Amino acid sequence: MGYAVFQMSHHIVEASNLHYNYPDGTMGLNGISFRITHGESVALVGENGAGKSTLLLHLNGYLSARQGTIRIGDYPVSTKNLDSVRRCVGMVFQNSDDQLFMPTVFDDVAFGPMNLGLEKQDVEQKVVQALETVNAIHLKHRPPYRLSQGEKKSVAIATVLAMSPDILVMDEPTSSLDPTSRKRLIGLLKSFAHTKIIATHDLDMAMDVCERTIVLHQGRITADGPTMKLLRDENLLHQSSLEKPLRMQHCPVCALAKKK
Amino acid sequence: MHMADALISPAVGAAMWTATAGLIVFSSKKVKQAADDRKVPLMGVLGAFIFAAQMINFSIPATGSSGHLGGGLILAILLGPYAAFLVMASVLMVQALFFGDGGLLALGCNIFNLGFFSCFIAYPLIYRKIVGDKPTQGKIVAGALAAGIIGLQLGAFGVVLETVFSGISELPFKTFLLLMQPIHLAIGIVEGMVTAAVVMFVYQARPEILSAVSRFKPIGQLDLKKVIVGFLLAAVFIGGGLSWFASSHPDGLEWAMFKTSGKEELESRDQMHTVLAAVQEKTAFMPDYGFKNTEVASTSEPEVKPAWPAIDFGTSLAGFVGGGLIFLIIFLIGFGFRRREVIT
Amino acid sequence: MNNIGRNYFDIGYMDTLAQGDSWLHQLDPRAKVITTLLFIMAVVSFGKYTIWAFIPFFLYPVFLIAAGGLPGGYLFKKVLLVSPFAILLGIFNPLLDREIFLLIGTIGISGGWVSFGSILLRFVLTVTGALLLVALTGFNPVCEALRKLGVPKPFVIQLMFFYRYLFVLTDEAQRMERARALRSFHSGFMKYRTFVSVLGHLLLRTLDRAERIYYAMCCRGFDGQIHRLTSMKSSLRDFSFVIIWLGLFSVFRIYNVPEELGGWVMRCFR
Repeated sequence: MGYAVFQMSHHIVEASNLHYNYPDGTMGLNGISFRITHGESVALVGENGAGKSTLLLHLNGYLSARQGTIRIGDYPVSTKNLDSVRRCVGMVFQNSDDQLFMPTVFDDVAFGPMNLGLEKQDVEQKVVQALETVNAIHLKHRPPYRLSQGEKKSVAIATVLAMSPDILVMDEPTSSLDPTSRKRLIGLLKSFAHTKIIATHDLDMAMDVCERTIVLHQGRITADGPTMKLLRDENLLHQSSLEKPLRMQHCPVCALAKKK
Repeated sequence: MHMADALISPAVGAAMWTATAGLIVFSSKKVKQAADDRKVPLMGVLGAFIFAAQMINFSIPATGSSGHLGGGLILAILLGPYAAFLVMASVLMVQALFFGDGGLLALGCNIFNLGFFSCFIAYPLIYRKIVGDKPTQGKIVAGALAAGIIGLQLGAFGVVLETVFSGISELPFKTFLLLMQPIHLAIGIVEGMVTAAVVMFVYQARPEILSAVSRFKPIGQLDLKKVIVGFLLAAVFIGGGLSWFASSHPDGLEWAMFKTSGKEELESRDQMHTVLAAVQEKTAFMPDYGFKNTEVASTSEPEVKPAWPAIDFGTSLAGFVGGGLIFLIIFLIGFGFRRREVIT
Repeated sequence: MNNIGRNYFDIGYMDTLAQGDSWLHQLDPRAKVITTLLFIMAVVSFGKYTIWAFIPFFLYPVFLIAAGGLPGGYLFKKVLLVSPFAILLGIFNPLLDREIFLLIGTIGISGGWVSFGSILLRFVLTVTGALLLVALTGFNPVCEALRKLGVPKPFVIQLMFFYRYLFVLTDEAQRMERARALRSFHSGFMKYRTFVSVLGHLLLRTLDRAERIYYAMCCRGFDGQIHRLTSMKSSLRDFSFVIIWLGLFSVFRIYNVPEELGGWVMRCFR
């Protein structure tokens, strides 16, 4: 079954008219529709509480919509095919501590492949591969609580990569990273060929990694288009409690630097 | 209050470990049967919560002292008794290993005193009975207070019994009891109040969390009773067996020896007795609890109060000299094997 | 640093010690667990007036500290700081048991002081034994060893989660306490109302965190079972470690080595 998913040729993520209310009645999503095709990199931006995380939680069926559907590849997301959906969609959490729960980095990265029922050698191979991809193989035997934030994030990504997902979903990957780790992460993300959906406030990162941006505001999509175009639209950004990426702001120092 | 290795005898330690180990196996089985996947991470994380919470102190008004959360009761309310017992056991285990609180042999006692009574007695028989299926603020406070007090009173009683049975401390049963129970009345009230307040806090903020737990079925009563009785019997049996093994008159032979032989003969270290005593000393893993020590036992009449000391100049001076020498040797060995400290 | 901070640091430091690379660190954790238990059993099995016979047992901690490259001073301080329950109860012994029990030279020592001294020695030995186990092995390998020695899996798994999140939650509690302390200008512990609110919030966050972890596990195919790739192999070295100590403990238990040695020395000088 997992194999079948792996072979799927078009990893489309399609949401149509999603509505979701939290148990206490708070509105989460209010009619969201989009279609993301294979290999696209999409930034999901919007103010706090706009519904970014809520939307992400729908992508692998953790929350189920009150109304509307989500399709991942050939499958609608439903309890019946949750397993194959979750194998296909790899989720990187905002807080790596939530994602790294095993005693050592190795155990943690092996957790997913073990659950897939792979053979011991295959598991080991997957773990090594995933850790090498994120340049964290030297952390193999360390316990997660002894890692820096940047290292934790890399390992968290490795835990997801080890499942060979087709689609990577990330919640605020650059938050709480120092500038160097952030830069390294951006380079890493750019090197992935996966379909990527990244919820973020870091618009500079969005500019670097994502060619497309979806802007959410109060549970609705207020804009959906090329990142470079949307991030120039000051009205739209202001309305969504966002700000132009620093690089696009005309700061005197940068201007001076450019002249030289 | 933690029992300590230094205060318990092997017999008591082993008996309490038997009871505790049995309860851990039983609770693990129950948790496995319930197959509630969500509880797998929840138990561990709540254990960490209790561990952290125990370090947060608040001042008890008008006393100048401080209190903190114990945890057994609130765990039982959030997780049900089986899972709560396992979590409490691990909190105590980490404390024993990292802070030396109690110690590893006394860990069995500590898990029993602090886990068993709150999870398997106070929670199901008191808290659940008072709170029932429709919790209100008043019921939660009353239930937690009653359960907190009773749980800790039983726990304190456990400490007293274990200490007195071990016989390492000289404190007489009554004095110790009068010392422990009132202190633990105060601790129990604090525990009940804090538990009630925190439960109410969660109840008001997120009622759905508690309602999910209170749907938990209060365990097949009969089943639990049988199992507990079984473990207690096993514990008593093992404890009794061990203390018999360790008792001063394992087979009456030695005792008969005292009876028949005259005092002078004994004091002159009758050859045969010495041999027998040596055999007994070497075969019995456990020491003589009834007597001060074997030297005393071998030189005093059994009818005489065995506490009467036998002063043996030779032995005590020899012990002093030999002990000092051995200390020296040990530190020399340590120095010889000394490894550069890699981590400083 | 507040109380929580100190404890947090302490656990972290013990964990760091366990990352050492001496041959003792590399022994099979099972061997160390078993030896520790044998050691503690041997120590507590002595009668209540034992003093001299305990001394050879110091070989065990001294050897482990030396050969494991552990900071002896730190561990000793830790033992001294440990909860004073044993000492609190032990101090009654000299008051209750005043008969002269031992003479060293011309100084008579009452049975109570002897048994109190015995309690202190027991205390130092057993607590050091437990601390050394963790400092030379680490908590997770100890759990792994327990699993292999037959402790039920649900218990071990939750121990594992517990230890993992102990660092996260202690840190969180420490930050909350620090934030409170910075804004409350009277010194001392927090007021009851604040305490309940701090604890309540910490509990809510904990429950949320447990939910997120569960979700993270589900995302990676968690089906109620935790599978792990761990192998533990015992070598001759591990066996001999247990056997040699078992032998030494038995000798120390059966023969009162200091008295025999002291007697021999005194005979030589006579």
